[in-house]
Amino acid sequence: MTQNVENVIDHFNLFRGPEYIEMFENKRKNFENPHPDDKIEEVREWTKSWEYREKNFAREALTVNPAKACQPLGAVFAAVGFESTMPFVHGSQGCVAYYRSHFSRHFKEPSSCVSSSMTEDAAVFGGLNNMIDGLANTYNMYKPKMIVVSTTCMAEVIGDDLNGFIQQARSKGSVPEDFDVPYAHTPAFVGSHITGYDNALRGIVSHFWEGKERTPNEKINFIGGFDGYTVGNLREVKRLFDLMGVEHTILADNSEVWDTPADGEFRMYDGGTKLDDAKAAINAKATISMQEYCTEKTLDYIAKTGQETVALNHPVGVAGTDKFLMEVARITGKPIPAELTKERGRLVDAIADSSAHIHGKKFAIYGDPDLCYGLASFLMELGAEPVHVLSTNGSKDWEAKMQALFDSSPFGKGCKAYPGRDLWHMRSLLNTEPVDFLIGNTYGKYLERDTGTPLIRIGFPVFDRHHHHRYPVWGYQGAMNVLVWMLDKIFDEMDKNTIIPAKTDYSFDIIR
Amino acid sequence: MSLTVEQVKARNQDLIKEVLEVYPDKTAKRRAKHLGTFEEGKSDCGVKSNIKSIPGVMTIRGCAYAGSKGVVWGPIKDMIHISHGPVGCGQYSWAARRNYYIGTTGVDTFVTMQFTSDFQEKDIVFGGDKKLEKIMDEIQDLFPLNKGITVQSECPIGLIGDDIEAVSKKKSKEYDGKTIVPVRCEGFRGVSQSLGHHIANDTIRDWVFDKMDGKPAAFEATPYDVAIIGDYNIGGDAWASRILLEEMGLRVIAQWSGDGSIAELENTPKAKLNVLHCYRSMNYISRHMEEKYGIPWVEYNFFGPSKIEASLREIASHFDDKIKEGAERVIAKYKPMMQAVIDKYKPRLEGKTVMLFVGGLRPRHVIGAYEDLGMEVVGTGYEFGHNDDYQRTTHYVKDGTLIYDDVTGYEFEKFVEKVQPDLVGSGIKEKYVFQKMGVPFRQMHSWDYSGPYHGYDGFAIFARDMDMAINNPVWGLTKAPWK
Repeated sequence: MTQNVENVIDHFNLFRGPEYIEMFENKRKNFENPHPDDKIEEVREWTKSWEYREKNFAREALTVNPAKACQPLGAVFAAVGFESTMPFVHGSQGCVAYYRSHFSRHFKEPSSCVSSSMTEDAAVFGGLNNMIDGLANTYNMYKPKMIVVSTTCMAEVIGDDLNGFIQQARSKGSVPEDFDVPYAHTPAFVGSHITGYDNALRGIVSHFWEGKERTPNEKINFIGGFDGYTVGNLREVKRLFDLMGVEHTILADNSEVWDTPADGEFRMYDGGTKLDDAKAAINAKATISMQEYCTEKTLDYIAKTGQETVALNHPVGVAGTDKFLMEVARITGKPIPAELTKERGRLVDAIADSSAHIHGKKFAIYGDPDLCYGLASFLMELGAEPVHVLSTNGSKDWEAKMQALFDSSPFGKGCKAYPGRDLWHMRSLLNTEPVDFLIGNTYGKYLERDTGTPLIRIGFPVFDRHHHHRYPVWGYQGAMNVLVWMLDKIFDEMDKNTIIPAKTDYSFDIIR
Repeated sequence: MSLTVEQVKARNQDLIKEVLEVYPDKTAKRRAKHLGTFEEGKSDCGVKSNIKSIPGVMTIRGCAYAGSKGVVWGPIKDMIHISHGPVGCGQYSWAARRNYYIGTTGVDTFVTMQFTSDFQEKDIVFGGDKKLEKIMDEIQDLFPLNKGITVQSECPIGLIGDDIEAVSKKKSKEYDGKTIVPVRCEGFRGVSQSLGHHIANDTIRDWVFDKMDGKPAAFEATPYDVAIIGDYNIGGDAWASRILLEEMGLRVIAQWSGDGSIAELENTPKAKLNVLHCYRSMNYISRHMEEKYGIPWVEYNFFGPSKIEASLREIASHFDDKIKEGAERVIAKYKPMMQAVIDKYKPRLEGKTVMLFVGGLRPRHVIGAYEDLGMEVVGTGYEFGHNDDYQRTTHYVKDGTLIYDDVTGYEFEKFVEKVQPDLVGSGIKEKYVFQKMGVPFRQMHSWDYSGPYHGYDGFAIFARDMDMAINNPVWGLTKAPWK
């Protein structure tokens, strides 16, 4: 008997009982027609070899375990950053179910989004009626202030014309004539989720700004980009701006909608960039983007209005934050306050306290291109070596930029950037050129299992650890969080490696 | 609940009317057909089902790809399932369904991996067949122990006119008759996941069964061979079921498809009986095996001791006395443990009400398990059910139960707000909505990362989890004391 009501066991331990183990063995032996154990072992070892790595890197068509998602996910991310805005994805409905699940699993929050639910008939005749009915239903049911339309690959392949469709829906009364329906074509077969973020944000900004006269003022605009830490980061950035007395507009502020309270009320919408602020943002002096590769087209568009644009690469750490703050200070003419200088000093102090444990450690990193850049810079600042830096949605330009970063420091010697590669490539890298730690999202746990490289979870999505998205990784305090997460893992590993009594536990130190 | 059945029915009617008021007329007319109240004695639940979702309403449904790759094919562990098309579909469904399995991932087992053709613009413009061929070659090269390949079509495939059948045939021939299965489960087909299940079932018929004629049996058949059909082994469900069938003296020769293998699919036409848990997703192949191979099938329900007991007897009735005695022995063996679970948890859960909205079999199948704990299901509905599901539901629900087919986000929120159940059981997209409202919630697709819930071992976990959801002290903290 496996269960005892005083201590009910679930999948973690239930299946380790002898009756289940025997059942598994019999199933395998009698019915699965398995490969012989030695053959499996042989192939497993072979997958760790240089020979396998070369074959693996010679792949031209197959992608295995990529670290990227598709465009409309990014479009939905950008859309929910605006006041009472419903993202509306034109195309097949299953996609929307996936985006909503994906965000809910990461943020542990509701994620509202609708689909135009196109099926076979729409594939033949086009999705105009879906747009007309869909906008009317969304407008009436969910009472948004704005609906942002993007597309799934189905609508893109059949060539639906969003602009025309939305105009026709308007003329049929689906939404009022003056109701805001920005849109962006977001084909899943071009770029990745960061491209979709860029396209949607450009769509929203141009919807508000096109044909408008710019009257420059002293405010600045801030764009965070597609960011798993958006909740913590945007709050931190607002705090920094407030400390500096900088008047600002966050474009796509999703820090509230993905962190609503449990107080008896479900808020489908919460916070977000006010639509009036988004309109007025054309008058800002400059726009700062924290993620260059996530906002290329948006910044191009903004630059054409006459604003200065500044593109950073997901700055993490002392120098990265210094650069960010100095850019803000330069643009606004506001000095960096003593309080922030003190925060900086505290971060430097923390690094000095702990760097002995990080110095010289080798890391592998994967993620979105800007995040990789920011993390690699911070590691080098800590005296660590970002040996393998891989970005499935990174470009050749990104690779060159990473190389320049490596070349700028002795800690970058021998480090290499891998654009367009996936986590099965990373597996080969870790097997053939091992490192001490891996930084990546939740899927990195499979690499941890297969290669024994301890995983520090930083990225998107993180499904299997809770609440990290509430912490910033930007600003000096954000860097402090990243430092602590890395140190926690480093110390845990030290303890794990020294825990055998009478064998290794002389180093099981109480003070580290 | 203190309302009489008639009062409940009147309340439901008002509630439905109120909910429909928000819609434009055309939509209200269409949605009205999907909302209703079960009337005792009727042969179905009085709602329309398996109809296209309405644009813009926030349906909870997925697509045919989700039904094929995510449900039917994905768990077959020793084959490689290519998400064929752009990167997203495979990414969002990657390892998300907790189909447990045993095997060396990346070597002889591939369930929790994301194989994608990652379509680029040129693949859309020039077609993806050449790329697909190359992908299959690369799979053979890098994953030599794979036992087969399936091609899970995403939306563009059917729109750009690719011939994945030709590619699959060609490559199968090239690789000595290797099982390669093209699946036309493009997301725009049909109205929900459901068509994906059907399409996937049909491909097993056409590309596995019909291609194995003449292959020698992998094992000696016995009179007690059964196959578990329609259990995806979420959190180990199929294992907690299999152990009971084996304990009663049956031999489980295949699991469809949780922890399943291609060999097991091929074994199945030799079964004496197919036992079917998720009717919705695998009735098609069960009917086919009945017609072609003469294998009878029987539906069963392994949620909660009452239904398990009835199901064990029903399954045993297809066999001789040895198995019938075996069923009684199993029932007797677990009875004290089940009683202990009920004794512990029923006093904590008695009279609590539940609203469900799930897929597959669960909107009806779990009702008995709640009732074993003294709880009452007051509302239920199917994400992608058909009328035969709603007919079967009549055997489970009470007079006056609120029924909602393909519920919209808005409707579900309003229904829960007004009915005020003690627990909602639905999916990840719904979980946080209701928890914000202060309503206890359990995910009834993924078991909220717990499980198994099937079988006797599973019921103990089910009871524990429902108790921890409802009697969680956090629900007493949602209101600030100064408010």
